[in-house]
Amino acid sequence: MKYASPSSVEEATGVLAGALSAQVFAGATDVVPQIRAGRKQPEILVDLKGIKELLNVSNEATHWRVGAATPTARLTENSDFSSEFPGLSEAAGLIGSDQIQNRSSLGGNLCNGSPAADSVPAMVVNGVRAVVAGGSGSRTVPVSEIVTGPGKTSLADDEFIVEFEIDHMPAHTGDAYLRLIPRTEMDIAVVGVGVRVTLDDVGMVSAADIVLGAVAPTVVRVPEAEAALVGNQINDEILATVSAAASEACNPIDDKRGTIAYRKQVAGVLAKRAVLLAAERAAERNGDAK
Amino acid sequence: MSRRHITATINGDEVDFLAEEGSSLLNALRDEVGLTGVKEGCGTGDCGSCSVLLNDYLTCACLVFAPEVEGGTIVTVEGLANGGELHPLQQCFLEGAALQCGICTPGFLMAAKALLDRNPNPTETEIRYALAGNLCRCTGYDKIVRAVQEAASQIREA
Repeated sequence: MKYASPSSVEEATGVLAGALSAQVFAGATDVVPQIRAGRKQPEILVDLKGIKELLNVSNEATHWRVGAATPTARLTENSDFSSEFPGLSEAAGLIGSDQIQNRSSLGGNLCNGSPAADSVPAMVVNGVRAVVAGGSGSRTVPVSEIVTGPGKTSLADDEFIVEFEIDHMPAHTGDAYLRLIPRTEMDIAVVGVGVRVTLDDVGMVSAADIVLGAVAPTVVRVPEAEAALVGNQINDEILATVSAAASEACNPIDDKRGTIAYRKQVAGVLAKRAVLLAAERAAERNGDAK
Repeated sequence: MSRRHITATINGDEVDFLAEEGSSLLNALRDEVGLTGVKEGCGTGDCGSCSVLLNDYLTCACLVFAPEVEGGTIVTVEGLANGGELHPLQQCFLEGAALQCGICTPGFLMAAKALLDRNPNPTETEIRYALAGNLCRCTGYDKIVRAVQEAASQIREA
């Protein structure tokens, strides 16, 4: 295996265009185990951390820019970002140990294509967009359209994600991400639930996004639960509908981490709790979005 | 095999070594630089035995490709003691019997150092979370946590 560390997006796309089998990486926390297991044997490893845009975190007028290779620890320790997007920050912070946090990135977590990737439901509920570079130019794609199945993405061989654009959190809006793992740390989600809720002046839900992870080949949105919330005050009856819809939306696998029935039930419970947490945050959040 | 010439500051010294481009920092440190305090447990970032500080951040050396450290700064367990004087963490691990077989110990020491560098007075819960990326099959962790608490207290009083 050869190693390349391009210093610009153009140089990187050039390396990718000239390679038979290239593997781009940021922290390599998934790539190294896959190479060791024989699941990947790239001719060339392309380290994206030499490109400054991929490590940039900036708070701009209408949105945040987060470089795709930014270590998740650098993102979660950014107090402005974490107070604006507590759900997304907590989701990113759940990936692995401190050692992993100093290497893992939103771009890697997404492009690895794991159905259980913690940051992905939280990115999708926040409408995050990926800026993708490739040989034929740049395009901006919703994060929800990147992963097409376990380990599979819609990116071409010569494409990679440069950065994420995250529109500022609107007023009276809050996000949350909750997951269940069999232990307290260092495990892969059995179920993950991302929620974002916007409340109006009287506390009625005016917008809702609910996205499940780890319960289907890709993350799944739960439109029935979203529809049950919008236009209503959150109460036990609405939450029961949300729960039932979340359980119903699951198409999970049966494995050592959880049976199908268990994952469905947990998805319902976590959806309810995440809605309550997101709504609590929305109620606390006034209109002074940065 | 393409071997690359790499220069990095390791434990305060500028070090040159050759490494295959796809090899890990773990293998380069052990086999090329001779720093065998860095241990291989799993080789996949789960056990933390190969924890080092890379550019001040705690990292599993097994997940780093050797060429990535060109121009960088690395601290391994060999860089922890001050000459012949053990670091308080090392002394407290020794006195508190916070190790048995010792394979995981260098990684625990580096993870504990990374914690105390940013948080000199961690709670027990904070210590346990900060060390969650390090596995130990011998101690049951309690003596490790107590050794870190004792070292933290000694460093604060120093």
